[in-house]
Amino acid sequence: MAAIAQRPVSNNWAAKAREVDWVKVLAHIVLIAGSVVFLMPFVYVVSTSLKTAGDVYTFPPEFIPDPVQWANYPDALTAMPFDVFFFNTIFLALGRIIGLTLSCSLAGFAFAKLRWKGRNTLFFIVLLTLMIPVEVTLIPRYILFSKLGWVGSFAPLLVPGFFAENAFFVFLFRQFFMTMGQDLIDAARIDGCSFIGLFRRIIAPNAKPVFAVVAIYIIQNNWNSFLLPMIYLTDRSKYTLALGLRLFNEQYYSQTHLLMAASVFVVIPIVILFFFMQRYFIQGVVFTGSKG
Amino acid sequence: MGASFVINIFKPKRLSFWESLNAWIFVSPWILGFILFTGGPILASLVISFTNWDIVNPPQWAGLSNYETMLSDPLFFQSLKVTTLYALVAVPLQIVVGLFIALLLNTKIRLIGLYRTLFYLPAVLPIVSVAVMWRWILSRDWGLINWFLSLFGVYGPGWLSEPEWALPALILMSLWGVGAGMLIYLAGLQGIPTDFYEAAKVDGAGRWASFRYVTLPMISPVILFQLVVGLIAAFQVFAQPFIMTEGGPQNSTLFYLLHLFRNAFEFFRMGYASALSWVLFMYIAVLTLLIFRFSAAWVFYEGEIKNE
Repeated sequence: MAAIAQRPVSNNWAAKAREVDWVKVLAHIVLIAGSVVFLMPFVYVVSTSLKTAGDVYTFPPEFIPDPVQWANYPDALTAMPFDVFFFNTIFLALGRIIGLTLSCSLAGFAFAKLRWKGRNTLFFIVLLTLMIPVEVTLIPRYILFSKLGWVGSFAPLLVPGFFAENAFFVFLFRQFFMTMGQDLIDAARIDGCSFIGLFRRIIAPNAKPVFAVVAIYIIQNNWNSFLLPMIYLTDRSKYTLALGLRLFNEQYYSQTHLLMAASVFVVIPIVILFFFMQRYFIQGVVFTGSKG
Repeated sequence: MGASFVINIFKPKRLSFWESLNAWIFVSPWILGFILFTGGPILASLVISFTNWDIVNPPQWAGLSNYETMLSDPLFFQSLKVTTLYALVAVPLQIVVGLFIALLLNTKIRLIGLYRTLFYLPAVLPIVSVAVMWRWILSRDWGLINWFLSLFGVYGPGWLSEPEWALPALILMSLWGVGAGMLIYLAGLQGIPTDFYEAAKVDGAGRWASFRYVTLPMISPVILFQLVVGLIAAFQVFAQPFIMTEGGPQNSTLFYLLHLFRNAFEFFRMGYASALSWVLFMYIAVLTLLIFRFSAAWVFYEGEIKNE
């Protein structure tokens, strides 16, 4: 230790200076600045959500609330039945997870691993539907569901899920299954395994990551979804968090501290999900890119 | 080797009926869904666009009159202008900023996981919450943005209350969600083989040259993908103007979908709204085709060289 400390300092410095990669230093500076910019809206909103009504309107803004008004959260969340909105959102997410993972994974399996006539044509249609904007199907679907008497219920949001309505998930499953070895599948077939048995016993158990990715995307999409629930869920007892927050936004327009508390509450489950499941969020992007 | 030999014996050259039948059963939910919820509705909306229909009363044949109405509807042109302007500015900005952050994160830098999390997080947040939060952040007198500007002595505008600033405000806000694109670029960048950079270095390429002649061509298919996806997403923007500005002030944020939504679900003009949806569909299709047509000039596919 002593020997190291006694080494000529100036030499060491010169060596370090030569090693410094200025591009990396610059990258760090830009990234830190960028992170601050990306974080500031959170900081500002959370700090507002913890202020008293009187402290909200100050300029320049105080970023640390004094006093910290925790009561804003219970006040905001009891002003409307946010617990009901929360359970409705979870219920829809679960229903869509069951429907979409079942129907999309089976279709993805047929597209990836079975040999049949019409496969390429149909898969091309799957890819085409990825590019269809929501506007084009919005009105006929609404008319269909209103003629069925389903408007006002969860059915218009749940039922299409059982019919693989999300082409992106079909694509995602197919891409993942493509990467799975053919040898294992052929071996199972030789052993007399049926196709559905093949899917249940070999494909699905070895594809847990892609099921996790799709489930997480569904939860996130469902939390995000606004236009369709607004059209179909006419009764407040069936509102999702997004609809509830929009209603809250209308009724408590000027009570910024409560409004911010409510919107932070709606965001928190997704933030928690994101931090624990970040791996899967990122894997979804990687799966899409895999060749096939 | 032995195993693959065995499989070759068992693998029939012609398609097996049993396998085909199974496949059709497995895709049948998707096929039904496609007919009921996508293909059918697309055709139905074309037919509905030739009618006047309020759902309650039976539809009445209207010929091309809905399309004629469109030509004299100033709000149709306004919404087309707003949405196109948004797409033209926001989509390229999102690509540049997203790619820029991805490039910074692709430099074997420390704390990459933390940075990636921070930049990606806003992109996964529910849009209604983001809209409610940003209405406050963009507030003229108490907002974060104008506080930031005031540090430089700039007196910020009423972002959401002045017609000339409302659309720029929504574009600015959309950049907060740039992390989704960043992640896709990052995956693309990390897929570029390091030999390419080493070869470029041997040829005397500096940082800029290796970006220009290796990174950019290799990432160009991803940029094309993001351009098309971003364009389609831009034409589906709804919650932000609906919650933050209600299309105002003076219709300066009247996005196409908002205009369509009002016609369909506030005025119950299903025929006219369907005509709006078909015009949009054609508009997006033409723009996408144009992008693909001109992409040949700047998008590089690795396979092209292999085939030469």
